Amino acid sequence: MNIDLLLQLTVNGVIIGTLYGVVAMCFVLIYKSTQIVNFAQGEFLLIGAWTCWWLLTSMQVPFWLGFPLTLAFMAVFGIVLQVLVLRPMIGEPIISVIMVTIGLSIFFQAMMKWMFGVWTAPFPEVFASKSINVLGLNVQTPYIMSMLISLVIMAGFAWFFKFSRMGLAMRATAFNQQVAQSLGISVKTVFAAAWAISAVVSALAGVVVGMVNGVSQALSFFGIKVFPAVILGGLDSIVGAIVGGLIIGVLENLAEFVDSQYLNWGNLYTVAPFYALIVILMIKPYGLFGTKQIERI
Amino acid sequence: MAITSSALIPCGQYKTSYRKDTTIFPTPASRAFAIAAVVLLCVAPLKLGGTELLSPYHLNVLIQIGYYGIAALGLNILVGFTGQISLGHAAFFGFGAFASAWLNNSWGVPVFWAIPLAGLMTTLVGMLFGIPAARIKGLYLAIATFAAQFILEDFFARADWFTGGSAGTIAQPFSLFGYEISGDRHYFYVVLAYLVALYLIGANLLRSRDGRAFIAVRDHYLSAEIMGINLTRYRVLSFGIAAFYAGVGGALFGHYLNFVSAESFTILLSIQFLGMIIIGGMGSVMGTLMGTAFMVLLPEIVQAVSQSAGTYFPALTEGIAYMKEGAIGLAIVLFLIFEPDGLAHRWKMIKAYWKLYPFSY
Repeated sequence: MNIDLLLQLTVNGVIIGTLYGVVAMCFVLIYKSTQIVNFAQGEFLLIGAWTCWWLLTSMQVPFWLGFPLTLAFMAVFGIVLQVLVLRPMIGEPIISVIMVTIGLSIFFQAMMKWMFGVWTAPFPEVFASKSINVLGLNVQTPYIMSMLISLVIMAGFAWFFKFSRMGLAMRATAFNQQVAQSLGISVKTVFAAAWAISAVVSALAGVVVGMVNGVSQALSFFGIKVFPAVILGGLDSIVGAIVGGLIIGVLENLAEFVDSQYLNWGNLYTVAPFYALIVILMIKPYGLFGTKQIERI
Repeated sequence: MAITSSALIPCGQYKTSYRKDTTIFPTPASRAFAIAAVVLLCVAPLKLGGTELLSPYHLNVLIQIGYYGIAALGLNILVGFTGQISLGHAAFFGFGAFASAWLNNSWGVPVFWAIPLAGLMTTLVGMLFGIPAARIKGLYLAIATFAAQFILEDFFARADWFTGGSAGTIAQPFSLFGYEISGDRHYFYVVLAYLVALYLIGANLLRSRDGRAFIAVRDHYLSAEIMGINLTRYRVLSFGIAAFYAGVGGALFGHYLNFVSAESFTILLSIQFLGMIIIGGMGSVMGTLMGTAFMVLLPEIVQAVSQSAGTYFPALTEGIAYMKEGAIGLAIVLFLIFEPDGLAHRWKMIKAYWKLYPFSY
């Protein structure tokens, strides 16, 4: 048994898992406040990463300026998307809502391929050293940064929902839209804000992944990996999203370990989360922290 | 919603029996039109006086509409009539294609029998994947079928004995009583026969006891259960029927291309199937065919337009592949926003407009 490899893969799993957790959190944020399942979450990462890449390489903007510009662009993008496409969908059956986001994801993927090509584009170097040694394990610098950023984002989310006015308005809207409206909360603003925040944070994650692996179409796969994470954690639980993301990230890398050491099937890394997803749905469809839906006639 | 989509008629209901309300052809004229359309399609691939009525390109498009239309009708029975959601229809379509080729190659079953048998095999798989539908619904079901798509895709790439692995497998051409049916012109009739038969079965299924149960499950499943409809049975049955249609469609696809590989059955095809029924109209049998035609023609039209515009804007010709893909997504989004009831509804409005002109009531 290869202990070193196992350790390295577990650490990778935790780091990737935190990123899954962040993206899953964005997904849950949209689901919780607007009741929309966003199949285009991965495309937010993709668009964010390509925008940042374009600013940094083609426009030669320095990183400290290009990064905030990307985030600002994504905020506007999220709001425009919500107003133009998702607002007409309020009250439509669930299949329509799902299909709109799927349609968007196909459209954005095609547009990104057209504009930036299908090949992986390396991100310009932002950090001086490529990887640092933590307790004998090689960890890439952007990953360390991503861990820190993820933790900051998570803390930010906690503060936002506990203490800020907008966060409280969002929780009220998630609880009951009509009651929130009668309390004077603008549900429209809350919806737009949810999409904006989700787009910004996803783009942040996209840039981080882009720094490590280069920017490519593969980024949008994060949006698909999010499903096992959120189902495991419970669709409407922010804490669940983080825990689910971590578990799926580690599980994926452990599957990779088992695969490479014993089974040699070759593809377990990508498929294992989906097997986990089906099992969770069969045993505990509302996840670890999700609210159980009770139906009344 | 009425059980069968009746044409908008001038004010007043003149139907005096349930039979009349559920009839497939509401007027003699509509029956005559349907028969005329089938006859016209039978004549289409013929050669008259040495000139071909249809070019090979158009014939190819029609055949594509045929086999995709069969699979899409299955999805419409599942989604539009029973109210379940499946994001894994392409996997069933692919399973049918592989199953038919496998039956023919490994067991020597003639292609004529392999196609319906592949449909039945796919039915079993569909029912297996439909079992979760008994427990979960709506969004959760969507995600479960989404996962099923990836799992089946992985299975296709792995199961060498069944699918030939990543290399794919050969599917023999269709043969009937020892005569090999070769060429699009002959294969067209095979697809047409399946299409007409399966659409008639589909339309009649929805007038039957089981069809009414499907619609009850869709409209209000709790009420349906209280009225004595076994939810589990009908959900699983609906998955089975959908898979049967997908399997037959896939088998026809395989024997048309004579080669099946796992790369043809990605999540994008699943989404295209859903796009077909959304654009055509969920819960409409004829709408399914319209939506399929739209979905098949859309990339062709995008290609034609961008090629002709490409002489002025060379950038357009480079991006044709991406424009085709993007157009699919855009069409789904635009239809859901502006015409959520689909082409079938629009067609009914146009018909009603001419019927009722100039007094629109």
